[in-house]
Amino acid sequence: MNVMEVRGLGVDYLSSSGAVHAVADVSLDLRRGEILGLAGESGSGKSTLAHAIGRLLRPPATITGGSVTYHRPDGPAVDVLKLKREELRAFRWRELAVVFQSAMNSLNPVSTVGAQIDDVLRIHVPDLPRKARTERSVELLQRVGISADRRRSYPHELSGGMRQRAAIAIALALNPEIIIMDEPTTALDVVVQRDILHEIRALREEYGFAVMFITHDLSLLMEISDRIAIMYAGRVVETGTARALHQAPRHPYTLGLLRSFPRLHGPREELLGIPGTPPDLRSLPPGCAFHPRCRFAFHACDSTLPQLDPDVACLLNEGKGVR
Amino acid sequence: MSAVVLEGRNLTKHFKAARGRGSVRAVEDVSLTLRAGSVTALVGESGCGKSTVARLLAQVYPPTSGEVLLRGEKVKGFREYRRQVQLIFQDPFASLNPFHRVRYHLARPMRVHGHVRSDAHERELVAELLERVSLTPVEQFMDKLPHELSGGQRQRVAIARALAVRPVALIADEPVSMLDVSIRLGVLRLLEELADDSGLALLYITHDIASARYFAEDITVMYAGRLIESGPAEALTQAARHPYTRLLLDSAPDPDRVTRPDRTRHGEPPSLVSPPSGCRFHPRCPVALPVCSSEVPGRTDLGDGRWTHCWQADGAVG
Repeated sequence: MNVMEVRGLGVDYLSSSGAVHAVADVSLDLRRGEILGLAGESGSGKSTLAHAIGRLLRPPATITGGSVTYHRPDGPAVDVLKLKREELRAFRWRELAVVFQSAMNSLNPVSTVGAQIDDVLRIHVPDLPRKARTERSVELLQRVGISADRRRSYPHELSGGMRQRAAIAIALALNPEIIIMDEPTTALDVVVQRDILHEIRALREEYGFAVMFITHDLSLLMEISDRIAIMYAGRVVETGTARALHQAPRHPYTLGLLRSFPRLHGPREELLGIPGTPPDLRSLPPGCAFHPRCRFAFHACDSTLPQLDPDVACLLNEGKGVR
Repeated sequence: MSAVVLEGRNLTKHFKAARGRGSVRAVEDVSLTLRAGSVTALVGESGCGKSTVARLLAQVYPPTSGEVLLRGEKVKGFREYRRQVQLIFQDPFASLNPFHRVRYHLARPMRVHGHVRSDAHERELVAELLERVSLTPVEQFMDKLPHELSGGQRQRVAIARALAVRPVALIADEPVSMLDVSIRLGVLRLLEELADDSGLALLYITHDIASARYFAEDITVMYAGRLIESGPAEALTQAARHPYTRLLLDSAPDPDRVTRPDRTRHGEPPSLVSPPSGCRFHPRCPVALPVCSSEVPGRTDLGDGRWTHCWQADGAVG
């Protein structure tokens, strides 16, 4: 049961020297209550995709095509890209919330965290009495591991981990169906990161929301996600369960990523890495964008663009090339 | 064991906090040695003082107490010291001047330190440096501006610039944490080669203990301004003795993990303006004893080059 379907989505950044295709022909399903990991390097389009889904893009970014369909739990499907201003206001927070990388920048510095939760409740649930709002704020903060007396703290008085917890509390305020998390733990230390990941999983069990979790850290995604989509140069190149991708990656890029990060346990495997550098989106290589860095590339790779079929976009997997 | 090149002895650094709120005790009694041809890792979370240690060793600022010795001697004069000890920073977008070409970045330190005889010689040396950091063909890179390079290429230029003065020790402060996963490996391999082939003493500062396992011979772990454990990389990561090192290892993302780590909340590192008394880890330590909050644990040698600062070092843990 999908809570959101992305079909053929394209996003361009318009510039004087032509359009940059940041996201090209991306199709994804987000299932109800799952954690979908979105992995990719800088410039792979993962954040642009998330912003497009939340209708958060600003010029010069423009959506060039495709659709984003949201399925209400008990109502009709909604085309997110066609929502009008007022509908969008109701859609955000209530149905879809976003947690950004830097909580310092997404929280209001001149307002206490309690007041910021209160704001969301006051605007979206106007008939909720003040006392109930306060109770709900306290409950939310405690739920993410912040003591009630911190309600009156300003963001700068909290540590990085606490700020991120507060941002998650605000996202939970209206019990949304989807939470997009864009590198929510990247700025945090590993111990704090681990605690927050546990928190996210526990909250998911409790509230049943779906998470789109974006990060460049594939090892982290493999632990937290149910399914993973790997992006490269604006396209999804492989999707699958975290387990399948970990044990049997099918796209050479996924394999390269897996063999790039050192492991903590087990024997010291040789690290292969990926030669070359991520491509310049202004001048993408023809055919498969990964072929100049691919150790399995063959003659067709520089002319034929592989399609996601159904889980992997690589010519090797279409029976046309070497195994 | 190869010769000690750079040594910090009992380094302590306190900074004045803003608006007279006392001092930030960033680094407390840190001793560290770097050996020729060897990579030593300093691991810790942000704010634990590892970058301050880097700057103390590079003599960017003087320690509050303690001393830095180069081949057993104190070196006078900033320029003379910089000729021997060089730094590489985390952010290659900030550490290169956007207005200058690669050639200028590399030629400048060589001229300042008097390695250049003529313009032709300069060109030759710049080409040699680019070759060493694998930015080839060199003609293509020499006249590029920083914005024309990728993050990994920029970091290679920063490394080449550090090598330009022919140093004996290199201090790399989170050299790959800003780079994409797929290109980190190449930069780390380059640093490893430099230590192996040129006999450089290298300090690799990182928050990523898994990468330290692969690229360093020895790992020293730091917490809240103090060193807490040290030993050969493999031994330390596979059988840590200090509770904090264990927590760090348990927290690192690892898809191969067999058991799910426990779900308790672990709190956050302490303020360094008023650090906890005794062992600075005791408020978060799962096995703290009464003595941990009152006295700083001394160093316990565990043999095989390993030591730790923990009241339970004698085996009660684990």
